[in-house]
Amino acid sequence: MINGVLHPKNVVAQLVQQRVSHYVTLPDSETAHMYEALMAEPSITVVPVAREGEAIPVAAGLFVAGQNPVISIQNAGLYEAGDALRGLALGIGLPLVMFIGYRGHNRKGDTPDSAATFLEPFLHMWRVDYFVVESDDDLDLVPLAFERAAKTNQPFAVAIGTEYAKGDE
Amino acid sequence: MITYADACRVINDSRGEAVSVTTMTQTKYWNQISTEPDLDVGIANAMSKASSVALGVALGDTDRSVLCLDSDGSLLMNFGTLATIAGMAPKNLYHFVFNNGIYSITGGQPLPTAGVEYAKAAEACGYASAHCFNDIESLDSALPDILSSDGPVLIELIVKGEPQSEGVDQTWDSNAGLPNQLRALRKRLTGTDDWGPGGPYI
Repeated sequence: MINGVLHPKNVVAQLVQQRVSHYVTLPDSETAHMYEALMAEPSITVVPVAREGEAIPVAAGLFVAGQNPVISIQNAGLYEAGDALRGLALGIGLPLVMFIGYRGHNRKGDTPDSAATFLEPFLHMWRVDYFVVESDDDLDLVPLAFERAAKTNQPFAVAIGTEYAKGDE
Repeated sequence: MITYADACRVINDSRGEAVSVTTMTQTKYWNQISTEPDLDVGIANAMSKASSVALGVALGDTDRSVLCLDSDGSLLMNFGTLATIAGMAPKNLYHFVFNNGIYSITGGQPLPTAGVEYAKAAEACGYASAHCFNDIESLDSALPDILSSDGPVLIELIVKGEPQSEGVDQTWDSNAGLPNQLRALRKRLTGTDDWGPGGPYI
């Protein structure tokens, strides 16, 4: 993992700024503190799913009903969600920002965690564009991700390359 | 035992202006009788996820009922959806499960196990209520009251299997049509036509 600090409240502020309505998620160890911060944000409804493959279809339904959802799942869960990504995001032209926990990520590329090894090749293979966010300094990429998703009518990934900090620490 | 055609007819009779999210063989019969095609979505592209799409629509438009016409085989592929739906507890979601014990569109192979009781599973997960019908008269009589009760409700239908020898409209044509169906539904639900093209089928 990266040494930079990523505060959940700053990410939540970005989501509020983008008028996100629903945060469809299966929590993972890296994003635990993000979940806590979201539960304290009244303008965003958290939708917990039992398996990552549900996240994109639920988001697709929300979007069709006029809402502005995002999803947040771990890289390992994204692999499980491949068919939904194909059929109900790429296949329908869904402008969806997907926050992907980049489990095992480091800048050296020598991670023993295959969940990290395969993430960027996976996104390239599926032709999903992405940014990697490793600290608060990278958060200016988040509005760009929403802009790109909306402009292309395609899903866009924001890979979270660090563990969210706890509170204001 | 209920036929697909009768089940779809009876459901459609009580539909009103509900959104319908269908899958598999139900889509074929539903498309033959639906008078609200702009409120219909047939989910073939991403098998098993009809109930998840229906949940999203139900949460996104809480003033409108959403009917999901799901299959036993599809539900088994996405069984966690029962817990997810129960957790969000949308009052406007009515989840029909057509239980025939086989994979119809691939020729009638049996499911991994027979006798799964989907209504009981939904109740155990925390649906507001669950029902099981194996004759059309009982379904016809009970459905108006069920659809006016608070969801999420699971309605299990014991249906006569119709194994397909030539497949149904679940592949290229339906995949290609899905983006346009979803855009039509969004336009109907939101009153705006602001979802531009994107994806390989458009």
